[in-house]
Amino acid sequence: MSIKDMTKEKNWSGQKLVSTDYLLFEAPREKHFMTGSEVTKEAIKRCTVDASVSYPITPQSEAAHLIGELWAEGYVGMYFRGENEFGVMSEVAGCAMAGARTVTTTSGPGTLRAMENFPMWSGTRIPVQLILMARGINSPLTIQPDNLEVTFMLETGCMIWYAENVQELFDMIIAGFTVAEMPDVHVPIVTVVDGFFVSHTRESVMLPADDIALMPYDPYRAPLPPIDSEMPPGRFLRDPFVMKSNYISYATHASWQWEVRSAVDRSIPYARHFLKGLVHTSGDQDAEVVFVACGTASHQAKEANRELTKLGIKSKVVKLRTIRPFPHAELLEATKSAKYIFVPEFNIVGWLDKEVTQSLYGKSEAKIIGRPRVAGGMSMPVEAILHEVLEHINEEKGA
Amino acid sequence: MSVDIYKINPEFRDIMPKDIIDLEDNATWGVEKRGISDLTDKKELLEEHSLCAGCPESAALRYILTALPKPEDTIIVNSTGCTSLMFPHIALHTVHSLFGNQNAVASGIKRALEWRFPDKVKDVVVLAGDGATIDIGLDYTLQSFFRQEKITTICFDNEVYANTGGQESGSTPKGQVFKMAPKGKVFDKVRMWELAVTSGCQYSVKLTASAPKSVAKVVREAIFIARELGPTYIHLYTPCILEIGLSASEGLWEMKEQDKDRFVSFKYVSDEAAAYLKELKKIRSSIMSRDTSMAKDSIKIRMPALGGQGAVTAAHIAATAADTEGYYAVSNPFFGAEKRMAPSESYTRLATVPIFDRGGSYIS
Repeated sequence: MSIKDMTKEKNWSGQKLVSTDYLLFEAPREKHFMTGSEVTKEAIKRCTVDASVSYPITPQSEAAHLIGELWAEGYVGMYFRGENEFGVMSEVAGCAMAGARTVTTTSGPGTLRAMENFPMWSGTRIPVQLILMARGINSPLTIQPDNLEVTFMLETGCMIWYAENVQELFDMIIAGFTVAEMPDVHVPIVTVVDGFFVSHTRESVMLPADDIALMPYDPYRAPLPPIDSEMPPGRFLRDPFVMKSNYISYATHASWQWEVRSAVDRSIPYARHFLKGLVHTSGDQDAEVVFVACGTASHQAKEANRELTKLGIKSKVVKLRTIRPFPHAELLEATKSAKYIFVPEFNIVGWLDKEVTQSLYGKSEAKIIGRPRVAGGMSMPVEAILHEVLEHINEEKGA
Repeated sequence: MSVDIYKINPEFRDIMPKDIIDLEDNATWGVEKRGISDLTDKKELLEEHSLCAGCPESAALRYILTALPKPEDTIIVNSTGCTSLMFPHIALHTVHSLFGNQNAVASGIKRALEWRFPDKVKDVVVLAGDGATIDIGLDYTLQSFFRQEKITTICFDNEVYANTGGQESGSTPKGQVFKMAPKGKVFDKVRMWELAVTSGCQYSVKLTASAPKSVAKVVREAIFIARELGPTYIHLYTPCILEIGLSASEGLWEMKEQDKDRFVSFKYVSDEAAAYLKELKKIRSSIMSRDTSMAKDSIKIRMPALGGQGAVTAAHIAATAADTEGYYAVSNPFFGAEKRMAPSESYTRLATVPIFDRGGSYIS
């Protein structure tokens, strides 16, 4: 297998090259039954991926080593096991700087160990994809699903998308490369799912055939030249800013940070197209009880919606699909009818509650209730959600 | 790609800074003879520098850059510290990302470039200080050796965290008083050049930057071996004159002192690498030894003569012989009317690289 085997029509593994629209929306699909880790392999198989570096970690090690199998099978160009997550995130940065479409995956402790890399990724404007299968953060030691780690990722300058289930994970990985590599975006993409609830959960999923794949990444469309000695060295300068303590050095750093965040915002039209909206809503559109959630919490909210309907209470679920960029306009529009906004979460700090509260501050009359919250790997029973809703809407009577 | 990426678009030439124009007009690139002698009259790839006056590290970097066998296809990965202040001045693809992760980034770059450009040689060279290489980045340095990454790692050992104001590092000699070691360092200097050997480096050399040609020779050997066999390591003493109380003119003296002490020469070459160097010397003897002998990658011979003495024939014979042996060769004679005893000049050019130059040759 060599990159030289690639033609205009086919990639190096012989898959026919197709557009993202075709792969996501037009190609015929067949039903499969697989886990989040397995579907990660299936998505990457169809993405003409140049490079991946992995480190084993529970609960996502399957996804990481399944990418290795893709390399052995000739679908992924380059692959190896790194020494730890800090090393891996630097190694994939090197791959992406050198012009390779690059993916890796980690979880919880690995995310925190690698943390210094993520703002470096966005500052370097590399469109690397990190598939984050959220898990609790030590201590005490845990490998259970808890998405506290996402709060640490929020201000790294990376795009953050949240997939609800196995199907969404598949589609988001494909859309993720496409949006991240847009020349006017060109920032890293973190595709999050809840560990176990998605990574290890087997469910039905519709997949296109595996003889088609995304067009290859073209590093020469990037806003910064790849580090490959094929273009003039765009990053050499006479006057390194780090040497100075003056307004120019401050302004350079500040403006670049603004630019990274603006690049994330510029992904909005592309994300709207490829994700079919930054938020998805279900339930009664004019309900006063509104759930705002992402990931598995939105699944649980949908179950609560069904139970509330039986009780004669209208409710609506607003599922956020992008966290960065945060879908301010969509959220405001989707919560217009709300008197009560519940934000169910799988972590103890309520990071999504904070995001929602901040976004709607001064714009919505609704009472925002950051409940229920479960953590440490607990499931979120529908009863817990119903309990919160009934407590609040029948304040005097109680649940 | 090639040196063409350093060619200036003629439309913009009149607005380009002089140092950029000089890179096109007067720098040496891979197809020409490169070496320490370039420091006297060629445009260097380092434009000024922002280190302290007299800093041996800046001199060492200049030697290294003149020794790169193929700068236009060399990517330099560096780290945080004094070295990071110089890298923006280098006219090559350079990367600074974080403190200590340089060998991890370099591994990713090298592997991605091998995948993307299977038919090209792209050298990846890590240049970082002792803090980055041996302390905070030790894991990534050693792991890249374990994995046999085909990169060259050069550690500028100044035995101190200089950029942050003079704190003890693992590379500081035992007993030395620095910040964070107010009673003197309690453990020995880390013997990184030996760790490199036990960790799988094909080539590990410890030396000071006191002798430019020695530095250049080691750099070229290390890069050639890394291309073919695996990781190579150079441990280079570049003292922080500021932190050990020397003046700007005393760096060289300090390095010469340490040539006999902590930095007494250490050189490990794996059997495989030694065999490869020998082979390389045979095939490309002129390239390998250009900095240490009279041999060059191109030789120009000028033969002034009088008609009938055989200079024209001699030029053709010399070129034909070289061509037969697999070298590049061009001979061309100049003469006027073909009269006996009329003045003539014949030129022969022999090289290990393609020769484009024709006509009179006045510098040999």
